Amino acid sequence: MNTGNTKYRWRTIDIVIASVIAVAFGVIFWAWNIVWGATEGAFAFFPPAQTLLYGIWLMPAVLAGLIIRKPGASLYTETVAALISALLGAQWGAMVIPQGLVQGLGAELAFALLAYRSWKLPAALLAGALTGLSAALFDFFAWNASYALWDYRIPYALLTVVSSTIIAGLGSWALTRALAPTGVLDRFAAGRDRALV
Amino acid sequence: MSTGVLARRNPVAKLGAALLFSLPLVATLDPVTPALALLIELLALPFFGLRYAVVARRAWPLALAAAGILVTMTLFAADRSGSVLASPGPFVITTGVLRDALGLVLRVFAVALPGIIVFATTDPTDLADALVQNAKAPARFAIGALAAFRMIPLLTSEWQMLSLARRARGIDAGRNPLAKLHLFGSTAFALLVGALRRGGRLATAMDARGFDSGLPRTFARIQKFSPADVALLVVTALASGAALTISILTGFFNPIIG
Amino acid sequence: MLRGFGWRHAGRRNWAVRGVDLHIRSGERVLLLGPSGSGKSTLLAALAGLLPEDSGESEGTVTVGGRPGILFQDPQTQLVMARSGDDVAFGLENTGVRAADIWPRVSDALDRVGFAYPITRQTHALSGGEQQRLALAGILALRPGLLLLDEPTANLDPPGAELVREAIAKALDPDTTLIIVEHRVAEALPLVDRAVVLEPGGGVIADGAPEVIFAGHGPALAEQGVWVPGYPLPRFQAVSTPADHLVRAKHVTVRDRLPPISLAVSSGEVLAVTGPNGAGKSTMALVMGGLLAPASGRVTAFDDPKPPHRWRARLLAERIGSVFQSPEHQFVTSRVHDELALGPRRQGRSPAEVTRIADDLLSRLRLTSLAGANPHTLSGGEARRLSVATALATAPRLLVLDEPTFGQDRSTWIELVTLLATLRDEGHGILAVTHDDAFVTSLADRVHDLTPAEPLPRRNTSRFGPST
Repeated sequence: MNTGNTKYRWRTIDIVIASVIAVAFGVIFWAWNIVWGATEGAFAFFPPAQTLLYGIWLMPAVLAGLIIRKPGASLYTETVAALISALLGAQWGAMVIPQGLVQGLGAELAFALLAYRSWKLPAALLAGALTGLSAALFDFFAWNASYALWDYRIPYALLTVVSSTIIAGLGSWALTRALAPTGVLDRFAAGRDRALV
Repeated sequence: MSTGVLARRNPVAKLGAALLFSLPLVATLDPVTPALALLIELLALPFFGLRYAVVARRAWPLALAAAGILVTMTLFAADRSGSVLASPGPFVITTGVLRDALGLVLRVFAVALPGIIVFATTDPTDLADALVQNAKAPARFAIGALAAFRMIPLLTSEWQMLSLARRARGIDAGRNPLAKLHLFGSTAFALLVGALRRGGRLATAMDARGFDSGLPRTFARIQKFSPADVALLVVTALASGAALTISILTGFFNPIIG
Repeated sequence: MLRGFGWRHAGRRNWAVRGVDLHIRSGERVLLLGPSGSGKSTLLAALAGLLPEDSGESEGTVTVGGRPGILFQDPQTQLVMARSGDDVAFGLENTGVRAADIWPRVSDALDRVGFAYPITRQTHALSGGEQQRLALAGILALRPGLLLLDEPTANLDPPGAELVREAIAKALDPDTTLIIVEHRVAEALPLVDRAVVLEPGGGVIADGAPEVIFAGHGPALAEQGVWVPGYPLPRFQAVSTPADHLVRAKHVTVRDRLPPISLAVSSGEVLAVTGPNGAGKSTMALVMGGLLAPASGRVTAFDDPKPPHRWRARLLAERIGSVFQSPEHQFVTSRVHDELALGPRRQGRSPAEVTRIADDLLSRLRLTSLAGANPHTLSGGEARRLSVATALATAPRLLVLDEPTFGQDRSTWIELVTLLATLRDEGHGILAVTHDDAFVTSLADRVHDLTPAEPLPRRNTSRFGPST
């Protein structure tokens, strides 16, 4: 065991758990498509509705940040999630990788702004908002440039940020609190905030 | 695995080529650039040893996205210049709208195809090896991601068991979308608990085999970055540059910013 | 080797291990015994150097001469790579073995465990027993001086377990030290020459030759749940004759998973379904439990014109209780008590009734003290008892159980079998998929063997073709 124990050094468990979060959300997305296959058409034909899905897609970035509590956690996890969806044959091809990088960067920036010291609800909401913002900016330029600015591009971006703040931000915070009592976070500070048993 | 000449190239070179080819396409909204790019991609396909049917199967969900683009363009197009073709209800469909819609649809396919081609011909292990050996990615992170990737088949069958177990417990959603959403959330939570528990055990097992020993790692499998890989990158850059040049010279080029 | 060793996990009040003094000489083969919760696994982890200081607090000292290697219970979470050979090479890469030496050591290690496939074989296409032998090869390739085995065969079917034990016996050099934790003592005995008994929080309470230990401590160990050889298990004869059919399957098949099968279960009987891995036992349990639609054939149950897989979930849970192989699959709440209240509440029972049913089941399955615990934190035996209790909460007349006694210690085993015998005598019909011979002997009224006439074709489930 390496004992070079600085606060920011990633342990094996940090790396594996961050990767597993990315993989699990890949599978959750796969399941979403199966469960909601019938309604997917509605999502595709009314793209603003897709911003709801966006919240779930952006969860790994915030969740990994809250659990791992180390610089790079959000960035790494969202990038791996994107890479995995590409490897699984996502129809969007290689562009998901720069997209994942940009999205991870948003949440990473939020935790960095707080000097990697706060992991409470406001931090989670900020991370959700910023990762939503980075995703919205990417889409604003890369995918939505042909659409009307005030009727579509701006509302779409706002919806993305709101959905990400609620689902990825609030949702990840609630998820971390729900995961702690199951014992799976025992090797993380996030899991030790519960009472002794 | 695939037998194509290009399929055997270094995974990092292939991924780099896919990004090199896709990124410039994102920068423009005209229909000419993606049309040329699609032509090049379809010509390159056989060299990756891929059949058109296989790629079509992977890419078909894009058709849904294309349909979405058409609807959104009808409703929200920014530019309604050109002569009027039709005016269903309050919406005016012009030649300008049609041109931009065509550009977007072609672009979705042209941007996605390189990635689809590369990932269909790349083994995840080889990709991780090449990322570490040729792109200087940190080995612990690449191998950690690879180890987690191996869990996917396990987790997909786990999802099915979790769903069946919920039915056995007397829980189903019927047609109620809210109940369906709740059931989905509960299943996803259980999946995450199981995945994280497995992840913890996996990390311990990896440490038991010296994963964090601090010794310099050696490589059992060697990935080489050869002149042919450099050539792939150069040719890709030239091809994508050519497509852009033609679109600029013909006056169609329409950058996303500006 | 160990002096006054103790370890307390982060977030726990009680010490997992405490006051352990133990000296093991090079080349000794030691069986580590003790009831659940005596810290055997923690001790092995400490010897393997796998208790990082950030996960708990330690006292005393651990000194290990020679490189340790450890094999865990679950093969799924020990394999790292997609291809078998790469997985064995993983440890060698980590420890900086020269590239030229890696592949000879890989093939040597694979030979020693009797691995029969090429090195490009996908690891997830292997059976559990094969995966466990592959994991063992990954450890042997590192040439450990101390081999630690933590219930290495608890997750395997008997033939797979037998092959793993053979591989261990063959792989041991005369100077390799072995420490094994195993509930099923009879199976570990041929491998060991010394036994050590731990007590929760009490350190070592007995140490010596296995025969001597069992002569002195046999009854106490059996009482604590250890499978001590020579202690008979209770047998339960049905008190009544089976009455009406609860469920009947006619020529039922599932594509690629279940060859045609016909069987029926009546109230007041236990039907055991046996057969090798891959014969479709679990699939059959899902079909009989109304969870999977058969591809052809017909399942009729409870005189309902509709087959069970078409019933609404609530009706299904009132009639058929399914117990899955992994108890965690069935947990849907965050408290043990809520887990039991859920079924009756969905049936529309009054709050008072719901509480009465839940409390009743808690005490019947000795879970009362855990009523407020999170289901995911239970031990293996507790989780199994809870999963059976959840199926009983809606009072179904038919129970379908997949490997109910799998990996259980002796105490839980006896409790489960006693409970199932009582349920049968109350008029429930029970269908149990099992490869536990003792279970069949103790409880089954009839046995349906799914062993196919011809050997099973091997299914290749690999997603990515081999390369290299």
